[in-house]
Amino acid sequence: MTRYVLRRLLHGVPIVLGVSVITFLLFYVFGGDPVLQFLGRHATPDQIAALEREYGLDAPLYIQYLAYLKEIATLDFGLSFVTREPVADVLWRGVGPSLSLTVPALFATTILSVSVALIAAHFRGRPLDRSLMVLAVAGMSVSFLVYIVVGQYLLAFEWPLFHIHGYRPGLVERWPYLSLPILILIVVGMGYDTRFYRSAIAEEVDKDYVTTAYAKGLGTPRVLFVHVLKNAMVPIVTRVMISVPFLVTGSLLLESFFGIPGLGGTLLDALDTADFPVIKAYTILVSVLFVVTNVLTDVFYAWVDPRIRLS
Amino acid sequence: MIARAVTDRLRRDRGALVGLAIIAVYAAVALLVTSGLVATDVDARVGEGFLEPGPGHWLGTDRQGRDILGRVLYATKIAFSVGLVTATFSVTLGTALGAIAGYFGGKVDAAIVWLYSTVQSIPSILLLIAIAYIAGRGLFGVYLAFSATFWVAPCRVVRGEAVKVREAQYVEAARALGYGPFRILLWHVVPNTLHLSLVSFALAFVGAIKSEVILSYLGLGVQGEPSWGTMINQSRGELINGFFWQIGAASVAMFVLVLAFNVFADALQDALDPRAT
Repeated sequence: MTRYVLRRLLHGVPIVLGVSVITFLLFYVFGGDPVLQFLGRHATPDQIAALEREYGLDAPLYIQYLAYLKEIATLDFGLSFVTREPVADVLWRGVGPSLSLTVPALFATTILSVSVALIAAHFRGRPLDRSLMVLAVAGMSVSFLVYIVVGQYLLAFEWPLFHIHGYRPGLVERWPYLSLPILILIVVGMGYDTRFYRSAIAEEVDKDYVTTAYAKGLGTPRVLFVHVLKNAMVPIVTRVMISVPFLVTGSLLLESFFGIPGLGGTLLDALDTADFPVIKAYTILVSVLFVVTNVLTDVFYAWVDPRIRLS
Repeated sequence: MIARAVTDRLRRDRGALVGLAIIAVYAAVALLVTSGLVATDVDARVGEGFLEPGPGHWLGTDRQGRDILGRVLYATKIAFSVGLVTATFSVTLGTALGAIAGYFGGKVDAAIVWLYSTVQSIPSILLLIAIAYIAGRGLFGVYLAFSATFWVAPCRVVRGEAVKVREAQYVEAARALGYGPFRILLWHVVPNTLHLSLVSFALAFVGAIKSEVILSYLGLGVQGEPSWGTMINQSRGELINGFFWQIGAASVAMFVLVLAFNVFADALQDALDPRAT
């Protein structure tokens, strides 16, 4: 198993390298001179030269790329152009608020949509199932921005149930500000998730073990929420694991709309101010997360189904 | 005939027919706008700003006193051009790469899988912003950004199917007849993965329309012309003043088209599913 994990992790190295090449090319070669973008058009030659020297931008391109690789290997991305703090600090600040927004939303969305999907799959083809699926598709067809704008207007302005905007860093004080964005995130995710889980679960409910369970005299809730759920765990866990990188990246739209200082907002600010050290570190962080969650998902498969390990 | 069976099955699906009819109506509007018959002067002032619906401005007017109905209709054209261009490019590219990867296997496959895994590991919003930024604000940047990111999904599914098709007897027969790999790809592999490409096309279309709203929010969307995204984005602050005609009109217009596409894509998937035969 350890060898399997190591081999899979090794496969991730070319992907992270590929990501580094693409970001490097996109922002350095095609995107214009980062220093000019950051200092603006009215920079004096001295200022430009000073900043270029400080960040090693006067070196040939391949040297700069090698320097970038070294940054990736050591996970030390230097100082932000804008705040002059270590990049790690800038990113670390955003992680907490982003996770506080996305983790509860993922938990609630998964529990709710799996439950709805179990019920829909049980009544598959019948009116209840059909109405639930129509509702899910309709929910998927509404723009994310419309959910946010209308949600904020109705639930924080028209009926002031929630805070309309803002954030407080305290471990307790943050929740009143986060509850509406979390609610919106749940509503947005429910449509997609319910549909996905329903089709995964619908394949289970016709199987023999379900008939056996009913024949033993078990009630429907027990059959659905114990027997069927256990057998549908593979697609459920896979889907939850795939969303892990997105937990850390937060939600750019929700964060900027509600003024939550998460990583989505950090990225937006970095793009606005051409803060390249932050953009580079962010991209690598996300791609590493992608690779690691992919490996973890494969390991999970191999653990559930030992036949996979051998191939 | 497979095509016959599929159309028969689609014809029996009432949801699919309604979805298709709605898409046709939107396409007709887009064509009318393109040919200059409808919504000709979307920037003209037709009255005061923020008017409620009335004669001459049946869905009210926006801040600058422009007719919201005309702008919503015009935006249909933008939605179709973004959807069609993006879906055509991304699905063609994805299908080609996916079929090549799946059919040839080996190093070619590894290279293509590496390419899409890499693109997939970059946060899509970052890729979209970077490309839209480099290509310049406006429609061209939107096309390019979406095409460069949306090809991954069709590529993955087509590759998966091509791996199976490669082993099929008809492909083996074609090889035995001495056909070259490109003839086999074009005439035997691609047609047999086409059902997946078709569904991907509908999904890419929907994805493009929905993502356009996000790019507009970031100021990188369509410039100088009304799109549903720019309209929704403009009217963010209007709700608080009790004016919801603009956001309502743009959101509903978009919702109905996206819903129609989603329903149609579902029906298509069911009708094309070989397991159902």
